[in-house]
Amino acid sequence: MEISSILLQLLGGFGKSMGIYFLTLLFSLPLGMLVALGRMSKKPLVRGPIIFYISLMRGTPLMLQLIFVYYMPYALFGWTLSPGWRFYAVIIAFVINYAAYFAEIFRSGIQSVPTGQYEAADVLGYSRRQTFMGIILPQVIKRILPSVTNEIITLVKDTSLAFAIAYVEMFTIAKQIVARESNLVALIVAGLFYYVFNYAVAAVMNRFEKKLSYYKI
Amino acid sequence: MSVLEIKNIVKSFGGKTVLKDISLSVEKGEVVAIIGPSGSGKSTLLRCATLLEKMNGGTLSYGDLQVVTAGPDGKSIYADKDIIKQAKQRFGLVFQNFNLFPHRNVLQNIIDAPIKVQMRNRDEVTAEAMELLQKMDLADRGDAYPCELSGGQQQRVSIARALAMKPEVLFFDEPTSALDPELTQGVLRTIKALAELKMTMVIVTHEMAFARDVADRVVFMDQGFIVEEGAPEDVIGNPKSERTKAFLSIFKD
Repeated sequence: MEISSILLQLLGGFGKSMGIYFLTLLFSLPLGMLVALGRMSKKPLVRGPIIFYISLMRGTPLMLQLIFVYYMPYALFGWTLSPGWRFYAVIIAFVINYAAYFAEIFRSGIQSVPTGQYEAADVLGYSRRQTFMGIILPQVIKRILPSVTNEIITLVKDTSLAFAIAYVEMFTIAKQIVARESNLVALIVAGLFYYVFNYAVAAVMNRFEKKLSYYKI
Repeated sequence: MSVLEIKNIVKSFGGKTVLKDISLSVEKGEVVAIIGPSGSGKSTLLRCATLLEKMNGGTLSYGDLQVVTAGPDGKSIYADKDIIKQAKQRFGLVFQNFNLFPHRNVLQNIIDAPIKVQMRNRDEVTAEAMELLQKMDLADRGDAYPCELSGGQQQRVSIARALAMKPEVLFFDEPTSALDPELTQGVLRTIKALAELKMTMVIVTHEMAFARDVADRVVFMDQGFIVEEGAPEDVIGNPKSERTKAFLSIFKD
């Protein structure tokens, strides 16, 4: 098989991987913030279930969660699983898993802002919303950026787990080509794709960090 | 009418009563210095007055605004949100460790609340802020970030931030305790200048010479009570109570 044809096939798969990647970020970041706020709730009925959810997401393998979500409609309602469902199952599993991790990062960031900041805002008469959006959140973002970078780099590599439910993204394709061709070229190329993309992610995040380095906390 | 009137405040944390029946009223243009050993309740009193801490018993009012009233059993009852919001416009607080917003430059720190909370005109507020910075000897530091300033400069910015809200009374919680001795003087000079402009102020401080110099009235607190209060030359110069004498003897070199 020609290298150009391998490249072309992998590129198609890479598009699918990127689909998982950006959709997961799009939904799990805001969901993670909601989960973090719920995790810090004073009401045990809100906080309790959220603590359990986070521990479940962090305590079991993502691959298991993926397969679980995929078979859920069949197991619960006996529905036949349509081929299109694979994609949604991947997105749902990734979003709920990553939201849990992001939530804990957000929580640590929010709790690391000194209480004096809240008190100064309170005395100046800012509303709770103004305090959070204008004073706390910008400082949280600066504090958590390195941890978020770590997490979103891991997510790039985790997209390959979608092969577990036979969703055809780049890794699934690379594995198929390797099995057919009996050489590792496709895996090496796939590895390069992941590496180059993550290099870009790290570079972009580094620029963000530099942009926020105009002040110290 | 007093600018600030506190009656019979009781405040406890867990089982420990930190404020036991304290009453204090402050008149317009008056400068009150609160002194006393650490753990005497000075800061807690300030935090109750600035609504950062909820008092358990007693009343609190700012001018005609009844912020906290007392039930028949003496327990504190807080007024509704609207009154609390209005009350917050009447006082300012300068913290021991400044609490400037680190992500905003000096000018933004000062003008943001007047614009976003008091809904005042940006140009007008900015002009006033520049004037305040001039008075604080910080005219050229408007676009510096707090991390680029010395502690003394940061504290003067935080005074400017509080003043920009045009409070009727300004509280200081040990404003120089986090500063080196040489930086302390600049901040004390600023507060003295405000006193000369007849700004109403309540200052918790360990600077006895400063309290004596700037205050119209000195309040000595110990173990949750006001032990002695009066003119500085009496309370600091010629204390009656043994506890006041013992405390002040630490400061005599």
